[in-house]
Amino acid sequence: MIAVVDYGMGNLHSVVKALEAAGAESVLVTSRSDDLQAAERIVLPGVGAFGDGIKQLRETGVIDTMDREVRGKGKPFLGICLGMQLLAEEGLENGRHAGLGWIRGTVQAIEPRDPSLKVPHMGWDDVYLRAESPLFRGIGRSPVFYFAHSFRFETAEDPLVIGICEYGEPFPAVIQQGNILATQFHPEKSQVLGLRFIRNFLSWVPTVHPASHNP
Amino acid sequence: MTLKIRLIPSLLLRNGRCVKGARFGDFRDVGHPVTLARMYDAQGADELIFLDIQATGEDRETLFGIVAATAEQCFMPLTVGGGVRTVEDIRRLLRAGADKVAINTAALERPALIGEGAERFGSQCIVVSIDYRVREDGFHEVCTYSGQRATGIEARAWASQAVKHGAGELLLTSIDKDGTRLGYDLPFLRAVADAVPVPVIAAGGVGSLQHLVDGVVAGHASAVSAGSLFYFTDQSIIKARSFMRVAGLDVRLA
Repeated sequence: MIAVVDYGMGNLHSVVKALEAAGAESVLVTSRSDDLQAAERIVLPGVGAFGDGIKQLRETGVIDTMDREVRGKGKPFLGICLGMQLLAEEGLENGRHAGLGWIRGTVQAIEPRDPSLKVPHMGWDDVYLRAESPLFRGIGRSPVFYFAHSFRFETAEDPLVIGICEYGEPFPAVIQQGNILATQFHPEKSQVLGLRFIRNFLSWVPTVHPASHNP
Repeated sequence: MTLKIRLIPSLLLRNGRCVKGARFGDFRDVGHPVTLARMYDAQGADELIFLDIQATGEDRETLFGIVAATAEQCFMPLTVGGGVRTVEDIRRLLRAGADKVAINTAALERPALIGEGAERFGSQCIVVSIDYRVREDGFHEVCTYSGQRATGIEARAWASQAVKHGAGELLLTSIDKDGTRLGYDLPFLRAVADAVPVPVIAAGGVGSLQHLVDGVVAGHASAVSAGSLFYFTDQSIIKARSFMRVAGLDVRLA
């Protein structure tokens, strides 16, 4: 069973349908700890502001369980968009908010110097894959995924960033730390390539270090 | 910059069917929305827009059903608008499967709605749709209630205001051009696109594939939308994308 965490943020319907279309047999939308304990894999979706997101996630009461199941027991985890950003130590949207701190880094505003670059970064954009990974099977060398965000993850942990997108400057599009996978883009809104990526996640057996390309 | 130009078919819904052409006039049935959505999805449309012109709130359940069915089968962003008046309306549409909600009349009448929606759901989810007409004196006037009511408000000023309130994207439609197949109102589209920091989707008036290119090159739109172009002509999303690429635009490869 794949558990999709419901903390009141974001379009759960698309995520659930995409998981099902990609082959998940049993998908459960939940905000209960016992469901997360029973799940094989956990998905944290999310659209909206960092502060609200972390507050609402706290209010579900599942953070400790999520931490135990994912960081403790190594369950495969996928964070999408806000669900990726909340993994940071801190988010700087509308003030400073502590994140889950699972991945070192902060979430900062996209502020392109070039005024023709609109914010939100909204639309289909190229993702440069920086590592060989079973997560990228079948999606080609330069996949295009759908993004819709005004903030980006800033991390110094370069090897964790296995996919980048460039909008004014490069930012992490895909981060992987062991069994924790996170995307800034929305695979559930990225048609064929997105569904393939989700399918790869569903069969993913995490290893600790992704093998790297020559840079 | 590698962000692609988006091509977005726009479908008008009435009584659970797609209709042609006129939010601002006369209706003809063109098919079932979910069938059309799947076709556009298969052809690689970047997003979809559904505008419900039933819009009096009478049979919203039909709309929710269509939105849910579309979201189940098409894994690309779906924007839904038409008769959205409250935060609760926005929430229900997002919950039904929409990714973005377009607000028009209600946003103008109560701009705080924009901010309330943006705060609760994220500005990425809130599209402010602006319909305008050019008066005899050259004033670009915002019109509400499906173009029936003139507001006395200038469209570019309203566009900037809407963004300040929290709109993540604007959908700009020239009422004068809509349905004419003579192309977008390029000078004004460019003026609005250049004036705001958010993406602008151009809508209304497309009659040829060249118009789509013009919307981007001359109009500075981030996305181009078309309705009747894809119903009653032999143009398709595939042809449009190909034409745009050959014209040098960075569009998604199929």
